[in-house]
Amino acid sequence: MDKLMADLKKQIISQLNLQHITPEQIGNDQPLFVEGLGLDSIDALELIVLLQQQYNIKINNAEEGPKVFSSVRSMAEYITANQPA
Amino acid sequence: MSDQLYISSSCKIDDSHVFKDGDLLLGKKIAVAEWLLMIYKHFRFDYPKFYKMDNLSKLGWLATEFLLQDVSLKSYEPEDIGIVFYNRSSSLDTDIKYFDTVKAIASPALFVYTLPNIVMGEISIRHHLKGENILFVSDRFESGLMRQYVQDLFTSGSVRCCICGWIEFFENTVETALYLVETKNNGMFLPFTEENINKLYQLTNG
Repeated sequence: MDKLMADLKKQIISQLNLQHITPEQIGNDQPLFVEGLGLDSIDALELIVLLQQQYNIKINNAEEGPKVFSSVRSMAEYITANQPA
Repeated sequence: MSDQLYISSSCKIDDSHVFKDGDLLLGKKIAVAEWLLMIYKHFRFDYPKFYKMDNLSKLGWLATEFLLQDVSLKSYEPEDIGIVFYNRSSSLDTDIKYFDTVKAIASPALFVYTLPNIVMGEISIRHHLKGENILFVSDRFESGLMRQYVQDLFTSGSVRCCICGWIEFFENTVETALYLVETKNNGMFLPFTEENINKLYQLTNG
């Protein structure tokens, strides 16, 4: 899980062009939106693309989005639970 | 009513120079892809959203930072300040990059920049501007057309201050010349005439 979260931080920075921060500055449980990293709705779409491109995982139920993308840890947990066999 | 208009500030950026009010601030020849980021870092700007912008928006954002340096817009309401831009290639630079992503998974972050007027939105957000804005796509920079359109905006009372100019980014072409136009004059401002517009535009274009 630690390795996955470390990878995710690098991928988030790259996918979302967050060149002003480093992976070390993103906490595992830090909120990604609003008061945390301050991501916006376009970033949310880019995170969905990231899951598809890097992990071949699609989020079919839109209502799951806020929970899945609440933090790096929640993303890692979702990936682990939904990784294609 | 026919107000005399003045250029109270100007900025010219091409592929290797940054000019502010006719003075060279930075000159360096590097790859176009790195040039805008180099300007941003060289002048130590701090605006994380910059990294997410497309090249046209980055160019406009940077030029406006220089344009409005040492300028106070406090005497205007946000609705009084307009933006009038011209360019040749619209948002084609980003359109092509977006099209490339469509072959796999379309990029939402690129898609939002596939309109040329987004650069005016980024500038408006940065400087809290709410006035009229428009971007004309034209084969070449026509100072006479721009001067007349901006003059009409002032004459009709649509604006009391205007950021206007040429902003072009496509492949290896980087070219912008922006002007801050106001009715006030501190005695040193250049009249907003075709001759002065062209003089500032041609700083490095001969």
